[in-house]
Amino acid sequence: MSKKDIIICRCEDVSLADIHKALDMGYRDFESIKRILRVGMGPCQGQTCSNLIKNEIARYNKVHPETVKTHKIRPLVSGVVLKDIAESKDE
Amino acid sequence: MSKAEIVIIGAGISGLSTAYNLAKKGMKDIVVVDKSHFLAGATARCGAGVRQQWATKLNCILAKKSIEFFSKANETLEYEKDIEFKQGGYLILSSSKTEDKQFEKNVKLQNSLGIPSKLLTKAEALEIVPHLNKDSFTSASFCHTDGHVNPFLMSEAYFLAAKKLGVKFYFFNEVKAIELKNNNITKVITDKQEIETNKVVNAAGGYAKEIGQMVGVDIPVYSENHEILVTERTKQMLSPMIMSFSMNIYCQQVPHGSILMGRNNPDALHNHDISSSWQFLDEMAKTVNYILPEVAKGRVIRTWGGSYNISPDFQPIISDTLVEGFYVACGYSGHGFMFAPITGELLTEIILKEELEPYAKDLHIDRFKNQKKIDKEHSVV
Repeated sequence: MSKKDIIICRCEDVSLADIHKALDMGYRDFESIKRILRVGMGPCQGQTCSNLIKNEIARYNKVHPETVKTHKIRPLVSGVVLKDIAESKDE
Repeated sequence: MSKAEIVIIGAGISGLSTAYNLAKKGMKDIVVVDKSHFLAGATARCGAGVRQQWATKLNCILAKKSIEFFSKANETLEYEKDIEFKQGGYLILSSSKTEDKQFEKNVKLQNSLGIPSKLLTKAEALEIVPHLNKDSFTSASFCHTDGHVNPFLMSEAYFLAAKKLGVKFYFFNEVKAIELKNNNITKVITDKQEIETNKVVNAAGGYAKEIGQMVGVDIPVYSENHEILVTERTKQMLSPMIMSFSMNIYCQQVPHGSILMGRNNPDALHNHDISSSWQFLDEMAKTVNYILPEVAKGRVIRTWGGSYNISPDFQPIISDTLVEGFYVACGYSGHGFMFAPITGELLTEIILKEELEPYAKDLHIDRFKNQKKIDKEHSVV
């Protein structure tokens, strides 16, 4: 299967070929790759792609995956409608 | 030990623009150091808006010149991707007689400087964004040449262009000290290396004050957390950036399709906090639900914070200093990204000791020492 057809981040439609190109260009850590390719910035917030990308970074840098940091986990855990927050009342 | 003609501290947009402009003018051995990874600081955390509707002459000029650069940045920097410059305008809402009066003054000033802003009635504003809550405002000002640039990609465009011109970048290099001898810089010491140099640019964003202290230059700035949120990608529903100073909101749909919005926290402490709070989420949701109820039907997927580096007059400091070879670009008060092109150009002129246009002299750090009244920017969220 071509690297272009292997989708790593489904939310932002980023392929394995895109990840390898970014690594080749010198972006060697998750946070840098996130800023260039938007991986982990979609509705699932990296829940699908972060481990896959971690492995690719580890392989490229020839280090153990456990030593590779993934992106900062930010609130919220899942998407919430703004109107629901605005109109919610303390119970 | 390595040597450099100049060391730029901070690989955010100001440092990148300065590195590129210096290299383009022929300077060799330019080194940029950054304490973290690519775009860890405020640049990548900003709201991605670029506007020219300001209340001070200085900010208007800086903004207009920067927009001129953004409009041809892809070609100038030979960028293979696209910086996503989109001119959907900024629609700034007025909700009181006081704001009406201020906007009248602002538009007059902007027009005198060649910025095509205008005052709109409520009906005219509703033509641009029909789903605005018509009870939330009374009139507006609008400039159709304001808009959006992608901060990640704009930075990458400068980064790649600077690298192509020979600029060296060292990430994960935190500056620990700057050595001086007889008021001249001799060395920059990071946690990884020592670099011999006689010139340093302080483009450290939120940490500009601390870098200044390393050479005994007191920069009258402080940092404070400004929070922001983003929705999932949604249908096209907002062409301009919507802004209100009195209701404390800016909100824009970026070309990617997601909608960004932020507001300030009047009780924010002066520190380096960049965390997310539930209070922000709660207040932001209420504000957007009132002004833009259609937008509030979208889902928020992420919140984050970033540092505004604030100066006493909410205008940047782009300047040399009492220490020979120590230059400063900071105090942007939340607008460093949109002023980046002119920042790099002006600082390069200052470093190369070229003749400055008269307006640029007012960006000097000494302006805060003078007794004369400073023109203070009020149009800030």
